[in-house]
Amino acid sequence: MRYLPLTPDDRSAMLARIGVKTVDDLFADVPADKRLKGLLPLPKRKSESEVERVLSRMAGRNTAAGAVPFFVGCGAYKHHIPATVDHLIQRSEFLTSYTPYQPEIAQGTLQYLFEFQTQVALLTGMEVANASMYDGSTGAAEAVLMAHRVTKRRKAVLAGNLHPHYRETIKTVSAMAEDKVITLAPKPDGIEDILSAIDNDTSCLVVQTPDVFGHLHDLRKIADKVHEAGALLVAVVTEAISLGAVTPPGEMGADIVVAEGQSVGNSLSFGGPYVGLFATRQKYVRQMPGRLAGETVDADGKRGFVLTLSTREQHIRREKATSNICTNSGLCTLAFTIHMTLLGEAGLRRLARVNHANAVALADLLAKVRGVQVLNKAFFNEFTIRVPGKATDVVEKLAKKGVLGGVPFSRLDPRAKLEDLIVVASTEVNTDEDRAAYAMALAEVVA
Amino acid sequence: MALRYTKDHEWISVDGDVGTIGISKYAQEQLGDIVFVELPDIGKPIKKGGEAAVVESVKAASDVYAPISGEVVAVNETLTAAPATVNEDAEGKGWFMKVKLSNKGELDDLMSAEQYQDYLKTL
Amino acid sequence: MNRQGRPTGTGDTSPVQHRTFTGNYGLAIEEKLIFEIGRVDTTGVDLDEPDVFASRLGGLERKNATGLPGLTEPETMRHYVRLSQKNYGIDTGIFPLGSCTMKHNPRLNEKMARLPGIGDIHPMQPLSTVPGAIDLIAELSRWLIEMTGMAAVALSPKAGAHGEMCGMMAIKAALAARGEKRSVVLVPDSAHGTNPATAALLGYRVESVAVRDDGTLDPEEVKKHLSPDVAAIMLTNPNTCGLFERDVVAIADAMHEAGAYFYADGANFNAIVGKVRPGDLGVDAMHINLHKTFSTPHGGGGPGAGPVVLSDKLAAFAPLPFVTKDGRYVEHADEAGSAKPLGRLCAFHGQMGMYIRAMSYMLSHGSDGMKLASEDAVLNANYVRAALADLMSLPYGNKPCMHEVLFDDHWLEGTGVTTLDFAKAMIDEGFHPMTVYFPLVVHGAMLIEPTESESKASLDLFIGALRELALAAKRGDTARFTGAPHYAPRRRLNETRAARQPVLRWTPSKPQQEAAE
Repeated sequence: MRYLPLTPDDRSAMLARIGVKTVDDLFADVPADKRLKGLLPLPKRKSESEVERVLSRMAGRNTAAGAVPFFVGCGAYKHHIPATVDHLIQRSEFLTSYTPYQPEIAQGTLQYLFEFQTQVALLTGMEVANASMYDGSTGAAEAVLMAHRVTKRRKAVLAGNLHPHYRETIKTVSAMAEDKVITLAPKPDGIEDILSAIDNDTSCLVVQTPDVFGHLHDLRKIADKVHEAGALLVAVVTEAISLGAVTPPGEMGADIVVAEGQSVGNSLSFGGPYVGLFATRQKYVRQMPGRLAGETVDADGKRGFVLTLSTREQHIRREKATSNICTNSGLCTLAFTIHMTLLGEAGLRRLARVNHANAVALADLLAKVRGVQVLNKAFFNEFTIRVPGKATDVVEKLAKKGVLGGVPFSRLDPRAKLEDLIVVASTEVNTDEDRAAYAMALAEVVA
Repeated sequence: MALRYTKDHEWISVDGDVGTIGISKYAQEQLGDIVFVELPDIGKPIKKGGEAAVVESVKAASDVYAPISGEVVAVNETLTAAPATVNEDAEGKGWFMKVKLSNKGELDDLMSAEQYQDYLKTL
Repeated sequence: MNRQGRPTGTGDTSPVQHRTFTGNYGLAIEEKLIFEIGRVDTTGVDLDEPDVFASRLGGLERKNATGLPGLTEPETMRHYVRLSQKNYGIDTGIFPLGSCTMKHNPRLNEKMARLPGIGDIHPMQPLSTVPGAIDLIAELSRWLIEMTGMAAVALSPKAGAHGEMCGMMAIKAALAARGEKRSVVLVPDSAHGTNPATAALLGYRVESVAVRDDGTLDPEEVKKHLSPDVAAIMLTNPNTCGLFERDVVAIADAMHEAGAYFYADGANFNAIVGKVRPGDLGVDAMHINLHKTFSTPHGGGGPGAGPVVLSDKLAAFAPLPFVTKDGRYVEHADEAGSAKPLGRLCAFHGQMGMYIRAMSYMLSHGSDGMKLASEDAVLNANYVRAALADLMSLPYGNKPCMHEVLFDDHWLEGTGVTTLDFAKAMIDEGFHPMTVYFPLVVHGAMLIEPTESESKASLDLFIGALRELALAAKRGDTARFTGAPHYAPRRRLNETRAARQPVLRWTPSKPQQEAAE
């Protein structure tokens, strides 16, 4: 078998050296009546070409984003990933390396993590960031737990326009930890009365900007009130590229910023693996979950990097850890940092401007379609339209016409009964032809 | 007053009503280079055997249990900037907290320096 | 015709003593931070400014620069290629980390993950446009269920620890559905740290169960801890000492009789795939690390994927979203029918990029290949054990282990060399060290898991080097160890300083304000 180097002669020699007759003698502790007699009822081994055939057929039945006019967002965005990124993350020493527990032979990983942490801090306008969480949604749940630890309170308030999947993730974890969660109702017009839900028992307020409908929020207006109540402001950003054009939460009074980093360097991949960005104030660093790379020196006085402040983590604190988290997002983190390096300040700002300009052009085009209303005054690269009839039907019909036009909000949150809203994203990959195709198809569908 | 020790490697030195508490030389050696000490708030009531502080090295973390019951009246702020003091002088300058004793009788359960050294030999 | 030759021997063979001017040594090249070599006005991405830009950002335009440095493509390539050269990987050599299962990462997996129909599909595009994705999820589920003999699988957890949380949540939900609230979880003292951390996260009090002298758990010892207040036990099998828990069925029975559940940490599944099914041993929930047993890449620390197989007692509580047996994809509680999902664990569907890689591995190996892989994994570990047993001490005696072998540091007593020093000296010999100081139940633990990917020749080289090192330690050759590593890209790093004075990011040097203070 192409992945198994031992030959039958090797096996015989090794068994002899060990002093047993057959390899099954090494499984003697497995209860005899439970041992599997033959093979599992699954297909037998396949050659590379056979595997390729099976999986290519399976994949070929799916409509790829790059193949059609594509406008789907809501927490995952199609951006152009430079060829350099995918090439570099496949280098053996990145792909097949492990968590850098032996720092002397992992300086590659540790240095890029240190660079990543810095990039995230700069991007979010915060003081310190960790080496990544699994994704934005689990990062948001961890932020809530961290706020509980810092404030010694156990009640979180979630803004209504937080991505429903993020809300559900926080609720699941909180229910199991027996913590309280107050959730507000979604407001498609972007105007929420969040502050009235905050009291002196609140540990944090979780607000998303741009929110799930695409509205932008000035967090400065609520930060002071949140802090007066003794609570923390947790800002959630699901489109990392927005930070290239919009005032970052760190400059608006956020105490913790959680973001989905998928937009930078990582493919859509049907929802995972992605990369969670997590940043906070220096004074809270010991309460922050996740890995941290830190700078130090070696025995020769040369600068080097190591994982540090590990006593927060599960392998040392065990039941008193800040989190049970073990892995970070490794290759996805690397992809993010490489893409961000290729962009730099200038490239990121320009990319963000192109995204916004494309979204504005599309919004103006769609607003002209009879019966369609654009809800957002201000937005970055995502906005919400109200359509006649059911949004799910409109989206299906658009798909049949070869346009992937967005996410019906009711798919994210059926209970909210907002059934005529579609959230539409537009990035730098969309062309004039794409926009025209969407407008035309939409006009046909809603006519 | 001479130091008295617990089986968990804490020591206490009493002056009148107030006991100064820290971890033993043995404990700091076992932990390695101390990097952080989490001290209790002043005014916090502690119970004998209860968690009073946490001490962290690079690779380990350990709860520090109260040898006696009482109320925390002072903590060693210098340990925040210089946790290494615990390694350098665990049973002197590396003290963690001062506690106003509520029950001096609890001291009788503790080991003398000699008894503690004998105890260490059994580990 | 070129008549002019040149010298072609080895020339001056005196040993090299000089330092270089650059600090580089041949291919070992020093590399600065992007913040030290990049510039904010440089970019490696070509993009035209939009023709028209009228901001509709509602007054929230970013005013302050990010300060992010950029590099052109050639500079970026060099930066990261040079960084990569400072890392050791499975592709470099044996990576014997216990319980990490550092097996070969087939490149076919990478190719499959990049098929546009997998890599370029959005989680929220209409399900009617991705029937192949649903099929992949269903097929992977089928294989995992078949391999483990369980009733259902929750695919969405993003990593092993996330899977542990999922499994324990299902147990907590099942107890709540019975109207019970139990507050204790039993964990052997040899357990991986994620186990007690997960239990504590869910509000449980953790009670440690001591392993017996042979490194395994005694069902009688477990029974001593049982009460109506015990919710579950979290067991790794084979355990973290590399041994199969031979009394696992009795332990499972005892837990079930007490109305409690059996959570299995599947980190060591690689030893038993195709040999025995966890479901047949009484397991109620088990997470599987796709990045261990199923070869998805470790990637320098992630991403992982931790699907959780569930018994029929727990199947109803699997989190959203899931595929039903008749191929229906359920995203919301209201569509779940008789199931009582415990909610979402994360946005979207889970680690699809890892599902395809694991599926590629499974299809490639097949039932026959996977059984052989488990056997080779166990054979390789025992071969290493047999070859080192005369020099290094085995805390539970020289008896068969499973896919990993555990040594302690008893054999190093009096040598002046610690487990850590020994590990660092292995680096000089060209090997990544094994796992050290875990599990915590033995002193100075050294846990070696070669995996089935090692050839006999590779094992013989590894064993040979360890034997030489062990003999050197016993001889008193301490300098080799205490200063190690001498030849890695960095010598031993000051972790104390990193923790006492944490520097967690690069900071731009401040302008001369300090003088005024």
